[in-house]
Amino acid sequence: MEQFFQQLLNGLAVGGIYALIALGYTMVYGVMKLINFAHGDIFTIGAYLGLTLLVSCNIAAVLPPTAAVLVIFLMVALLAALVGYLLERVAYRPLRNAGRLSAVVSALGASIFLQNGVMLIYGARFYVYPDFLRPDFTVHLLGLAVPGVRLLIIFASVVLMVALSAFIQRTRTGAAIRAVAVDPGAAQLMGINVDRIISLVFLIGPGLGGAAGLMVGIYYGQIDFTMGWSYGLKALTAAILGGIGNIPGAMLGGLMLGIIEALAAGYVSMAWKDAIAFLVLIFILIIRPTGILGERTAEKL
Amino acid sequence: MTLLCLNDVSKIFGGLIAINDLSFNVEEGSIVGLIGPNGAGKTTVFNCITGNYTPETGSIFFDSKPIAGLPPHRIVELGIARTFQTIRLFGRLPVLENVLAGRHCRMKAGILSCMLHTAPQRREEREAVARCMEELRFVGLADNYSEPAGGLSYGNQRLLEIARALASDPRLIILDEPAGGMNDQETAALVDTIRHIRNRGITVLLIEHDMRLVMKICEKLIVLEHGAMIAQGKPEDVRRNPDVIEAYLGADDAQW
Amino acid sequence: MKLQDLRTPISVGLAIVLLVLPLVCNAYWLDVCVSIGLYALLALSLNVILGQAGIFHMGHAAFFAVGAYTTAVLNTLYHWPVLWTMPLAGVAAALFAMAVARPIIHLRGDYLLIVTIGIVEIVRIALLNDVAGLTGGSNGIFGIARPTLFGFRISKGVQFYYLVWCMVGVSLLLFRCLWQSRFGRALNYIKEDDIAAEGCGVNVTRYKLAAFVLGAFWAGMAGTVYAAKMTTIAPESFNFMESVIIFAVVILSGGSQLGVLISAFLFIGLPELLREFHDARMLIFGFAMMAMMVWRPQGLLPPLRRRYRVAENSSSQGVSPKDVWNDSAVSE
Repeated sequence: MEQFFQQLLNGLAVGGIYALIALGYTMVYGVMKLINFAHGDIFTIGAYLGLTLLVSCNIAAVLPPTAAVLVIFLMVALLAALVGYLLERVAYRPLRNAGRLSAVVSALGASIFLQNGVMLIYGARFYVYPDFLRPDFTVHLLGLAVPGVRLLIIFASVVLMVALSAFIQRTRTGAAIRAVAVDPGAAQLMGINVDRIISLVFLIGPGLGGAAGLMVGIYYGQIDFTMGWSYGLKALTAAILGGIGNIPGAMLGGLMLGIIEALAAGYVSMAWKDAIAFLVLIFILIIRPTGILGERTAEKL
Repeated sequence: MTLLCLNDVSKIFGGLIAINDLSFNVEEGSIVGLIGPNGAGKTTVFNCITGNYTPETGSIFFDSKPIAGLPPHRIVELGIARTFQTIRLFGRLPVLENVLAGRHCRMKAGILSCMLHTAPQRREEREAVARCMEELRFVGLADNYSEPAGGLSYGNQRLLEIARALASDPRLIILDEPAGGMNDQETAALVDTIRHIRNRGITVLLIEHDMRLVMKICEKLIVLEHGAMIAQGKPEDVRRNPDVIEAYLGADDAQW
Repeated sequence: MKLQDLRTPISVGLAIVLLVLPLVCNAYWLDVCVSIGLYALLALSLNVILGQAGIFHMGHAAFFAVGAYTTAVLNTLYHWPVLWTMPLAGVAAALFAMAVARPIIHLRGDYLLIVTIGIVEIVRIALLNDVAGLTGGSNGIFGIARPTLFGFRISKGVQFYYLVWCMVGVSLLLFRCLWQSRFGRALNYIKEDDIAAEGCGVNVTRYKLAAFVLGAFWAGMAGTVYAAKMTTIAPESFNFMESVIIFAVVILSGGSQLGVLISAFLFIGLPELLREFHDARMLIFGFAMMAMMVWRPQGLLPPLRRRYRVAENSSSQGVSPKDVWNDSAVSE
């Protein structure tokens, strides 16, 4: 039983990270109907930016650890958002009116470009995150010894998701994002600047993705330039699982996928855990062809 | 002889009853109009007949065979062809290929003969092209056969949909607002075309808002309101029916 | 100058170049050309699914893998001659495609895309984990024999070159015929509007499945050639990235067969040309992928219109329905 709860918490931590990345996929999909395959690499960039800021800028020496983490968090999110913004401008905006698959190939190209850009700058080896930021306290929770970092990761992802939900549901800009997701043409006619909304989405999504990269660095303590592929694919799976384009769906899908994986790794087989995640996805899509929370679009005849 | 027979057909969308215990017959060789105010469930009836929807209750017989719940392509094979209210042509494909789509189900070449262009396959293909050109001539679009379908005028697109439906050798053709978006001249020509279709021995069932057209060509009208039939019979009887006048009053009775 | 107008000269030029290439090419570039031929085979078969039928399929490497492993297992364990395994590799891939595609074929667009990616990953992981004890785990299978054709052993680069490109040539012909037929049209109808296609009498599910199965059959046969050429195969040769490349080749091609060939040359040849840039090679490659799509969003060469021999009816102008159909029973 203890193993079960430990795996569950681990699953929640990983799932929270998946959910943060999945939000970037799902929001971009919502407004552009594009799977942004380069999103995983923005996540990688976030992880590397965090490393650079930690090591070379020595923020940790100037500020107390908690403040340092927050500052780095913000900086990483901002820089990743900037990368996302540029990416949309260069690789996707010219293809806005082209076939959807052309934009997908452009996204795949962008992914290869960014991944290799990171490799050229940092080299092909993996990096170890400095551990002075890693909180190494342990919390005793209902008889379980839980690593504090695990709880903090869960906490951070929940805070970010709640903040995003509030922004999307409560603010005018959030309403505009939802409007563009439903019908860009009608939104434009209602006076919403669709270009600006898309740019904004390409700031928020990559910002969250970059923050997730930093969180993975802190949680696992080790990063490499190909991590965006696997995490990106998982997060995309999570977004689809929840119903792509649906924001609560991405959160739910991320958490579910994290837990499924952790339990599969713990109880079935470590080697098969990725395959099990995909099998679950296929199984769920067979039952619900548009994901768990995705609306069923009955086409008008 | 009754060609199409609906028996207590109901269709429910998430608690909303779109069609309620509807029954009617369509006699072979007739032109029947299905009319009613907007939202009365006319197109839903069509979609149940063509297999796009499966009715919750009731049965539909075509030539005495039950067809409710069959997939649309099977129903086309059995001899019911349709046009769509919102025109659904293959806009980027040429006009002729749109008509060939209707012919598809009457062709037999399998994947191997298609890859090898066997002699029977080529003959079948020639025959299909000839037949489809005839249908294009029938609706007056033969000269446009190589143009992309999306470039045709609205009225011609409706005619092309009819040609596509006719190419499948239907015994019953279902037209969903065939005059929608047509001008008076085009509508007049359409009346002729619909009569010619019937004269080929094809039964016609149509939804139309243009009451002059409906009154002119239909031999029988079925009036729907809120998914239920409120009247049926000859046009002149139906137009005098108090329930029908009631249903239409205030809506667009000016059209009568 | 429009690329469209240059189709014929480009085709003829390409054919001649391909024929004489082995005479002027060194062994290294010949090898690259064999790879290009293999990718062309894979992309031509994916084009049926993705280009013709418009099904978002990013998992073609899975079918390629099933074919290659079928050949490898049959050859190394049961000592079947390699080329004899080719039809079986195709059939195995086709059966596999049938089994996996049947439950998911109704999924729309991007949902299908991710599921097909999932299938590639599941296949790769299954191979890595030495499923059924046949696939050799992460080391893969080695010692696959060279193929023999009429007693003639194919082992040199040149021989593989002609084997692969002959297959490409035959595939070009067969797929072209398929395109110009009711089958090819049905796939196009589905791509344009699947509801309208079904409503016209096209069995959409059956044709989608047929496209999958046919594409998989071809990918399986390409797998045989790959296994025979490499003599060693491992799971990592069939990862998601392979699928991505095949997918990108098809999208960049624009959908025509000539486009697929040119696109295959660009995608497989370009990284080789960029060898001198060493580490920056894939960076430039990724950038080129973006640039090419931005430059030609519709792809290199969209397919031409099909040609039909339409009997010119002398009285085709302004024919009224009465002239065409005998209708004695005009009611008016």
